[in-house]
Amino acid sequence: MSQPREEGRRLPAREGSPWTGLWAVVAKEMADHLTSARMRILEILIVLTAAGTVYMAIQEIRTTIAQDPFLFLRLFTTSKDPVPAFVGFLGFLIPLIAIALGFDSINGEFNRRTISRVLAQPIYRDALLMGKFLAGLFTMTLVLTAIWLLIIGLGLITLGVPPSPEELARALCLLLLSIFYGGIWLAVAMVFSVVFRQPATAALAAIAIWLFFLVFWDILSSLLASALLPIRYGTMEEILAQTKLAMNLARISPNTLFSEAIIPILQPNVRSLGLVLTWQLQGAILGTPLPLGESLVLIWPHLTGLIAGTILLFALSYILFQRREIRV
Amino acid sequence: MDELVIETEGLTKHYNGVVAVENLNLRVRRQEVFGLLGPNGSGKTTTILMLLGLTEPTAGWVRVLGLDPARQPLSVKARVGYMPDEVGFYEELTARENLAYIARLNGLSGRVAQERIEEALGRVGLLDVADRPVATYSHGMKRRLGVADVLIKKPQLIIMDEPTQGLDPEAAREFLRIIRSLKEEGITIVLSSHLLHQVQAVCDRVGLFHKGHMVLEGTVTELARQVLGTAYHIQLEAEGSPESITAALRRLPGVTDVSWDGKYHYRVAAVEDLRTEAAGAVMSAGGRLLSLELDRPSLDDIYARYFEEVEHVPAA
Repeated sequence: MSQPREEGRRLPAREGSPWTGLWAVVAKEMADHLTSARMRILEILIVLTAAGTVYMAIQEIRTTIAQDPFLFLRLFTTSKDPVPAFVGFLGFLIPLIAIALGFDSINGEFNRRTISRVLAQPIYRDALLMGKFLAGLFTMTLVLTAIWLLIIGLGLITLGVPPSPEELARALCLLLLSIFYGGIWLAVAMVFSVVFRQPATAALAAIAIWLFFLVFWDILSSLLASALLPIRYGTMEEILAQTKLAMNLARISPNTLFSEAIIPILQPNVRSLGLVLTWQLQGAILGTPLPLGESLVLIWPHLTGLIAGTILLFALSYILFQRREIRV
Repeated sequence: MDELVIETEGLTKHYNGVVAVENLNLRVRRQEVFGLLGPNGSGKTTTILMLLGLTEPTAGWVRVLGLDPARQPLSVKARVGYMPDEVGFYEELTARENLAYIARLNGLSGRVAQERIEEALGRVGLLDVADRPVATYSHGMKRRLGVADVLIKKPQLIIMDEPTQGLDPEAAREFLRIIRSLKEEGITIVLSSHLLHQVQAVCDRVGLFHKGHMVLEGTVTELARQVLGTAYHIQLEAEGSPESITAALRRLPGVTDVSWDGKYHYRVAAVEDLRTEAAGAVMSAGGRLLSLELDRPSLDDIYARYFEEVEHVPAA
């Protein structure tokens, strides 16, 4: 054999598509998710939460006779002591589902020693990682959509009024937001599933991050803001600057992004998510709802933030996984 | 027939500065069973992973079935079956479901996939347990499922890492039978092992690995000549004066060494089969021949002797 030896020459292109076999992975992973005991438990948990919170909300809504053009949306936001509103529950249930779906995705393959067998098939690593992410995302979409339909159905039966197209559109936006919010936590869980060999460690690490953002980040961001921009003279500018910094820091947390973003979607008369000074409200008719488009403009940065975070985290797990040696 | 299935030149892999494989020149011909031998950590698995494009070589040149595994990994992996050591399956799925996933990853579906799965399971005798979850399988059954898994893609080359490790003798024999039948079909097989007698039983040629280098290569007889110096060992038992028998045996042309193990037992090392001559020598020395046997050079001896010698040489 006398081929030219092309040492040192690197062709940039890889052969074939990186997505070869992607849908085989997605189908297999989704089947696994949907039949797993883990998923059963989560489904029961979510259905109970949905039924409980919506039942309480309906009780509450019935007692108020006030005219409300967005009655349907109040199914999601109304709370009655001691049960918080459904969206409040969503804020911390979704990360749990996402982490449960993702924490053992890659290290599980290593531990079962299936990784080398799967990667010896004519697919790239890209397909395996992306397939697992998409399968998690689709599973979450499926579950969240089912619950969403359940709540709409409950609302139709008990309230007896059909939702207006705008209400439906806004409810749909909530569904989409929840899915994107789940996406970022799924990406977090997958990063840890690449980094840590033990699924339990990966799960703990992901849950630690989640708790950190849920409990401590708000406190920490206001502390940080007062340390970075201390109020020396007590001027309006100083106070404003500090509050703004604290707010922006708090928005690093996906939890904050999500809980802030659902406010204008479900409460159309919310006009701003930041600080509003009186002169900025000149000419505004207070109490009138914003059209859907305007509400969307309000949450656009949040939405892009969530998606960007998901992409960044996915890219990180991609880089880590590509560099990982397959030897076990 | 002399077509090269695997060809490497100067193949080298370093893991964080540690040499795993150094300057490997490997050639495997079509329909050959080639054994990679060596202690754990001598670079066998790394070599296999580089052949499959699962890890990138630090330097060197590889062709598998005429393709470059680093550049054309999909084509290589579509034609080469790999059975890792400690092959793992999705335990909660049945054998059939596990194979169906692999079939889909190979772009097979529907009728074709069904047929291939049935055929592969039949080949390894797992058809009647095919619908049981893999968790209920014994170690030997999982190994056989590993072979079925490799057969799904109808490979031209199969690479097996420690295929018989942890199998009981009966299961190992069955496994070697499967390997031979695959060879009959024209499939080239590369297997790594440190279970020498099994390798010897099935391999046409072997390569001996030591600290990342392939230090010896060839048929078992060739290796024996290289390492043991003499390829033939004759064991004989005879009554009579040990001194005169030993002297008579030593006088034979081609005999390199004679040792007396006490009582009746003698060991003769020779460059060729000298059984008749040895018998004659014993007679002429007035001995009474009780038994005469030719030792086939065993890989165990080669292996033991080689590493014995290597240990004595101070590290270069």
